[in-house]
Amino acid sequence: MVFTKSKRIPNFNSQVIVTETVLKRLLKLITSKFSIMLKTSNSTEEQLFNEQPKTNSRRNFLIKAGSASVAASLILNACKKDDTYTFMGGGTDLGSGDVGILNYAYALEQLEAAFYTQVVANSSFSSIFTAGEQSLIKDIRDHEIAHREFFKAALGANAITSLSVNFSTINFGNKASVLGTAKAFEDLGVSAYNGAGQLLVSTDFLLLAGKIVSVEARHAAYIRDLISYNSFSGSDVVNTTTGLDLSRTPAQVLAIAAPFLASSIDASRLPS
Amino acid sequence: MNFQNIFSEIEKVDPEVYDRFDSRRSIFKNFGTAGKALTIAAIPTVLSGLFQKAYGQSTPSTVIDVLQFALQLEYLEYHFYLRGTNSVQSPLVAIPAGELAGLDTIRDHENAHVTVLSNTIKALSPSTTPYATTAAGFDWTAKGAFVGTVFKDYATFLAVAQAFEDTGVRAYKGQAGNLVSNKAVLTAALNIHSVEARHAAHIRQMRSGAGAKPWITLKDTNGIPAVQPNYEGEQVTVQATVNIATLAGVGGAIGANAASEAFDEPLDKTTVFNLVKDFFI
Repeated sequence: MVFTKSKRIPNFNSQVIVTETVLKRLLKLITSKFSIMLKTSNSTEEQLFNEQPKTNSRRNFLIKAGSASVAASLILNACKKDDTYTFMGGGTDLGSGDVGILNYAYALEQLEAAFYTQVVANSSFSSIFTAGEQSLIKDIRDHEIAHREFFKAALGANAITSLSVNFSTINFGNKASVLGTAKAFEDLGVSAYNGAGQLLVSTDFLLLAGKIVSVEARHAAYIRDLISYNSFSGSDVVNTTTGLDLSRTPAQVLAIAAPFLASSIDASRLPS
Repeated sequence: MNFQNIFSEIEKVDPEVYDRFDSRRSIFKNFGTAGKALTIAAIPTVLSGLFQKAYGQSTPSTVIDVLQFALQLEYLEYHFYLRGTNSVQSPLVAIPAGELAGLDTIRDHENAHVTVLSNTIKALSPSTTPYATTAAGFDWTAKGAFVGTVFKDYATFLAVAQAFEDTGVRAYKGQAGNLVSNKAVLTAALNIHSVEARHAAHIRQMRSGAGAKPWITLKDTNGIPAVQPNYEGEQVTVQATVNIATLAGVGGAIGANAASEAFDEPLDKTTVFNLVKDFFI
C-alpha cells in the first residue's frame, strides 16, 4: 500500500451531482485519509501491507459467488488489512480468504490422518479392537488420508507444510483413550466444517466442504456408538430442542486442537 | 481498507454496482455526513449500510424455497419415525429394546428440525405459510413399492430409514450453495445436514447384518434394490479434478472404495423430490 499525503476531504453537499469518477475520487480520498489514521508503526505496517497474500486466485472465487455474499466477503477482504494490523506473526500461516479456510481444513485433516495412522499402526490395535471394528477404523484412517491428500493436491503451491503432531497424552494401547480421542477429533471436525461453511466465498468449495463434513459426521456417529451405543448424536453435540449440530469458529477449533499439534498455527488472516 | 478496491472489485463481478445504490446522491450523502468525522470504527458501519441498501435486506425467494423443500423432507422423516416407533400403530415392526432409544432420538431430532425450519421461514418471510402436513399425508407403501411391509417388517423399516437419511444428507448438501446469501440460514442448514449424516451412520450400523457400513461404498444400497436411484452418483472418486482413488494411502493407493466413501455426493432438488414423492399422498 502506498501512503499518500493527507488531503482535505471536500465538504460536499447534496446539490452536487456526483459522477462515477467523482465517486471513485471521493473514495480514494477517504482511503488516503484512512491510511494516514492507521499509520502509526511504519515498518511493521508497511511490511504487512506489502505482504502478498497467497490468494492469487481470489478473483476467480469471487466471480463464482452470488452478489449478496460478494458484498459481505468483500467487506471482510477489504478489512483484512485492519485485522492484521496488530498481527505480529508466528507459526504456520494458513493464509487468507478461501485458501486460508482450505488450509485450515487441511490442517485438521492432517491431525486426524496422523492420529488414525498411529492408531492402526500400534501393536495393540488388533487386540483391543474386534475384527469388525478394526476394519471400520482402517476405513476411517483411509478416509482421513484421502481428505488430507486431496487438500494437499487441490491447494498445490498454496498448501501449508506438513504439520508435526503431539499425541503424548494419548495412550494408543488403550481402547478408551483411543476412542475418546477419536470422538473428540470427529466431533471437532464436524463443528469446524459447520462453522467454516459461511466463511467460504466459492460455492464450489462450500460443496466440497459439505461432501467431507457428512463423512466426518458418519465417523463421529460410529465412534460414539462404539463408546456408548445410541450416543451417535448425543445431547453434548446435538441440541435437543433445535436438533442442530455444533458449529465452531476457527479460533475455537484451533484452541482445542492446539495441544495435539507440535506446530503452532497462525490463523490471524482467516476470514471471520 | 481500500474503498477504491472494494468498489472496483465488486464492479468486476457486478458491473451494475454503482446503479444498485438507490441514488448517487444518497451514497454521496452518507459519506458526506460522515465526512470529516469519519473514524475507523464508523467506516464499516457506513459501508454496511450502503451495501444493505444496494443488495437489499429481504430474504431471496431461493432461500425460502430451500427451507420449504427441507421442511417437506423433515416432515416425511418425522412421520416415518413417529409411526415406526409407535408400538400400537406398528406392533409388528418389533423394534428390539436396545434399538428403540436411538430411533426415538432420531424422531425427536426430525421433529425439532420441522420446528426450526417452520420458525425460520416465518421469521424471514412473514407472508409465507410454512409447508405443513399430517400423518394422513403419507403413503407408506410408496405407491406400491413397499406394500404393507414398511411398518410390519423390521428389516424393511430400517432399509427405508437408511434411504431417507442418506437421501436427506444428499438433499441438504445440494442446497448449501443456494443459501450463501444468508449466513445464519446456511449455518443452520449445515448443522442439520451433519445431524442427518449422524442418523444415517447409526441406521447403517443397525443394518450391519445386511453388510452396511456407516459410510456409503460406491453406490451400494446394501440389499435394497428399490432405492438404487437414491444412491446413483455416490460412486464418484474424482473431486475437483483430483483423482482420490490413486492418491497414496497406507500400503498402496487409496482405491475406489475408500475414495467414494470419503466424500458424500449431493443431489439436486428435483431429483430428491422425484425420489420421495411416492411417499406423499
